[in-house]
Amino acid sequence: MKKTTLLLASTALVMGASGAFAGSHTGSITAVSWGGAYTVSQIEAYHKPWTAATGNKVVSEDYSGGIAEVKAQVEAGNVTWDIIDVEKSDAVRGCDEGLFMEIDPTSLPNGADGSSAVDDFIPGSFTDCAVANIVWSTIFAYDSSVTPNGPASIADFFNPAAFPGKRGLRKSPKANLEMALAADGVASADIYDVLATDEGVDRAFAKLDTIKDIVVWWEAGAQPPQLLADGEVAMTTAYNGRIFNAVAGEGKSFEIVWDAQVLDVDMWAIIKGAPNADLAMEFLKFSTETEQLAAQASYIAYGPARKSSAPFVTTYHSNADLDMGPQMPTAEANLATAIPNDFEFWADNADELNERFNAWLIN
Amino acid sequence: MAEAQAKAFVEFQRVQKSYDGEVLVVKDLNLSVARGEFLTMLGPSGSGKTTCLMMLAGFETATHGEILLDGKPINNIPPHKRGIGMVFQNYALFPHMTVGENLSFPLEVRKFNKIDREAKVKRALDMVEMGDFLSRRPSQLSGGQQQRIALARALVFEPELVLMDEPLGALDKQLREKMQFEITDLAHKLGITVVYVTHDQTEALTMSDRVAVFNDGVIQQIAAPDTLYESPDNSFVAQFIGENNTLEGMVKEIKNGVALVQLDSGDLINCKPINVTKPGERTRVSIRPERVEYNKDRLKKGVHTLKAEVLEFIYMGDIFRTRLRVAGNDEFIIKTRNAPDQIRLQPGTEIEIGWMPEDCRALDA
Amino acid sequence: MTDATGPLLAVDGTPLKRKLAQSLFRSRARAFGLALPLLAFIIVVFVYPILDFLGRSVYDARFATLMPMTTEAMADWDGTSQPTEAMADALVLDLVVSKKEKTIGKVATRVNRELSGTRSLFTKTARSAAKFESPFMAALIEKDKDWADLETWQAMKTASRVFTPAYVAAALDRKMLADGSIVQQSEERRIHVKLFWRTMEISFLVTVFCLILGYPIAYLMASLPMRTSNLLLILVLLPFWTSLLVRTTAWIAMLQAQGVMNDLFVVFGLATEDDRFSLIYNKTGTLIAMTHILLPFMILPLFSVMKTISPTYVRAAKSMGATDWTSFWRVYFPQSVPGIGAGALLCFILALGYYITPALVGGQDGQMISNIIDFHMRKSLNWNLAAAMGLIMLVFVLFLFWLYDRIVGIDNMKLG
Repeated sequence: MKKTTLLLASTALVMGASGAFAGSHTGSITAVSWGGAYTVSQIEAYHKPWTAATGNKVVSEDYSGGIAEVKAQVEAGNVTWDIIDVEKSDAVRGCDEGLFMEIDPTSLPNGADGSSAVDDFIPGSFTDCAVANIVWSTIFAYDSSVTPNGPASIADFFNPAAFPGKRGLRKSPKANLEMALAADGVASADIYDVLATDEGVDRAFAKLDTIKDIVVWWEAGAQPPQLLADGEVAMTTAYNGRIFNAVAGEGKSFEIVWDAQVLDVDMWAIIKGAPNADLAMEFLKFSTETEQLAAQASYIAYGPARKSSAPFVTTYHSNADLDMGPQMPTAEANLATAIPNDFEFWADNADELNERFNAWLIN
Repeated sequence: MAEAQAKAFVEFQRVQKSYDGEVLVVKDLNLSVARGEFLTMLGPSGSGKTTCLMMLAGFETATHGEILLDGKPINNIPPHKRGIGMVFQNYALFPHMTVGENLSFPLEVRKFNKIDREAKVKRALDMVEMGDFLSRRPSQLSGGQQQRIALARALVFEPELVLMDEPLGALDKQLREKMQFEITDLAHKLGITVVYVTHDQTEALTMSDRVAVFNDGVIQQIAAPDTLYESPDNSFVAQFIGENNTLEGMVKEIKNGVALVQLDSGDLINCKPINVTKPGERTRVSIRPERVEYNKDRLKKGVHTLKAEVLEFIYMGDIFRTRLRVAGNDEFIIKTRNAPDQIRLQPGTEIEIGWMPEDCRALDA
Repeated sequence: MTDATGPLLAVDGTPLKRKLAQSLFRSRARAFGLALPLLAFIIVVFVYPILDFLGRSVYDARFATLMPMTTEAMADWDGTSQPTEAMADALVLDLVVSKKEKTIGKVATRVNRELSGTRSLFTKTARSAAKFESPFMAALIEKDKDWADLETWQAMKTASRVFTPAYVAAALDRKMLADGSIVQQSEERRIHVKLFWRTMEISFLVTVFCLILGYPIAYLMASLPMRTSNLLLILVLLPFWTSLLVRTTAWIAMLQAQGVMNDLFVVFGLATEDDRFSLIYNKTGTLIAMTHILLPFMILPLFSVMKTISPTYVRAAKSMGATDWTSFWRVYFPQSVPGIGAGALLCFILALGYYITPALVGGQDGQMISNIIDFHMRKSLNWNLAAAMGLIMLVFVLFLFWLYDRIVGIDNMKLG
């Protein structure tokens, strides 16, 4: 009896020691993202495989966008986050402000088809400090159970006479100005050229004026599907993944109109002074490999930033009949009139257009 | 008595009051106050006296019975239409108004014009000798001054009836005695009717024409102060008014208006029967401390005497207060005037005490 | 005679005042020692960060530090004449350094705030600045014709000021020019003054609604017996135990077009199915939700003051012949004013800084200044401008306190 106890105790001791030993070789990083279904897709496609492959852990934290918290951490010299999922405009801004580490795109692994990372990623996937992981888009959607003969083009969105009811728009000039010009007949390729002129800006605001009185403004990505479900608006702009999840996950009868969708990318950036910067870089490389990006697409309808991921995109994770390919903003059929977001334009003009937009809102 | 009722200015007829429907705070109250009378409601707290006052003022409604003012029932008249002046326990001077504004308030709501108001306010302030304080705030006044302003405010609109709810409770002893005098003086000068509530029996005795002693929702006795003191109707009144010695015993016989009582110690004494009627009844005998005599020369012949042992002698200046053991009672007090020829009793000595039979009242047990 | 006019002395000959100070020193030192931890805590986590942050509203050394040569070269420039060759030399040298040091982004962002579109001009030019050859002005213009534009140089001149009124001016819809003069912003970009006014209007209305709704409740609570009033107090405090977000979201469910209130209106025929009331995503929604959230802050001070008003005052007034209304209005109400003052000031100041609720239910005409501050804090990262607006709010609130003190008296305020 006594012998057994001793044996057990020593075993426990050895196991404890080996546990501690293993711990000294693996680490953990803090990855910050948007929460909800999006973070779930990252946990399933990035975090879990990485932990399985390397033994390192990922602590997931949520934030609601903007890089004020990053700025506060960096300025206070007390950085607790390692890697963060940011919008491209924030990636550029944060890089300008010296909040993010520079990343060399050529250090990223090749695609599964052997092409180099620089060729494999879709255009616009790199900034000095960030690497794109997904392509998302701002589209507009309506509830087909309420509006059976729904709108088909962006012009319909700006035509309350033909399609009555309130409109949901994000409270930001971004995407709204582009869509307004598209609705006013400007071709996708010319949007930013027009918007670069004062007349173009006036023209976009004039178009927005036509629906200003019936707009319900939203700010968080979760709001538009809710507004649609509540019948608060007849149609609303939204992030395509949110609408997809409401349809696939909650059985809503929302329809996405892809006309004049504004394409954007989300990016990984590593915070300057991050406690586990090297490990975070490893994670960044791993998570943006072809397989991981493709795997993410079966959890949420955002397109992989690597072209080589496309063949690996399969079906929705909980519904084998739902093919994810056509749900992607990057699907051939959806791209006809797409407007890729011009981050240079917005980096130069965001301050002025925001000011103008805010003033327009309250006047 | 019938004449007094006909002249009654304030009258309670079979008034009952209950707050919760289970306990009666006031039980079957009948009371009449003559015009110009100063009547005090006296009693321990919870005896129903303040409730009676509040019913008269209109802040409480009678559960049963009728209250008449000048012959007219006032049960359904709201307080502000009753025209009764009132002085409250803590004066209730409006802190945000000056003295002048406080006094002017009842006149304003009565729609007096400015000239009349100023004249009346001045007269009322002069009456309480506070003419110089017109523009002060209540918080800048002493307790006594506030009391006078409260009095002036209750009188300024010349009500015929003034109610006072323990108005002197917050003052120190000396000021209280001074104000007692001033209030009665003023009341008599103005010829107003005053219903006064207090739990201080000295105040009640010195100020009132008549005192109604309340206990347990019932008037125990209503009488002039001297009657109340000297001829209490029952042992509660005897205990409550002034200092009082009690001895317990049983009635042996009642003859010629004199009751022979056998005390529990076995001693026999003669008493005046008040609410004992037949032999064999238990009784409580009441004797005022100042009516007890131990100087044999001053004792009438033939009165019963009792043995007593001196326990304690207390010098109080104007009087001596001596504690005795009498018939098994350790708390028997006698009071004697500090006269030049007075004997100071030494503790431990044995003496004999006695009293006039009419000063010894056989009350309910 | 000198003795008589000299200072009073203690028995041992020392001046009495000094003696008194000595004897009080120990107890004062102990009192100070007890307060010290809190004092230090407040200074470290409250006073210092606030001052530091507010400092940003007038202090911005970014351009001057990162572009030192350009700043020096432009120091004597009047801002209207042609930029000199010396300025161009300094600029190119600074650009080369900042490109190497990777600080060009910060510089570009700073100048872009003064003149939209210059960010890319700076980053683009910096990339090739190392290859420029003298004369540099011509080289710059060759790279991008915007360098020939006087506006570009004026923007740099403005940005080079270390202590600058530019942010405070911007917070008041004004703009500082290169020569230091301040002019009004163009019509379609004026926003802040209007928002300040609207913030005040909303805060004022919310305060008034809180008072109208809260006063009777506080009165009821103060006049009920202890047990019942405690129960009511718990009900009043109940919303505090729910998250602000949950409460605001609940209002969305109540007030939206297909929400509970509108459904009821339709049932009772006050609205039709197609023409429902817009109760949310506008000023109405902001007012309703904020009134609900701030109501306890009005009720509590009112209640604590009313509790101390003895019911005998009203009785006294009635006994003197005042009607119910007169005795309330002339006697009770004036005594409850300190509670109204405290509650109103509390509500008003809290309302001034509210931003989650207006952000969620405010739509476009229910936005307040705090939403713009939030925008500059989180989105545009223009913390200097946010600090300037914060400074204006702080000054305004201090002014309110001063006004309150002058009119009502600050000691006439009771919070509990």
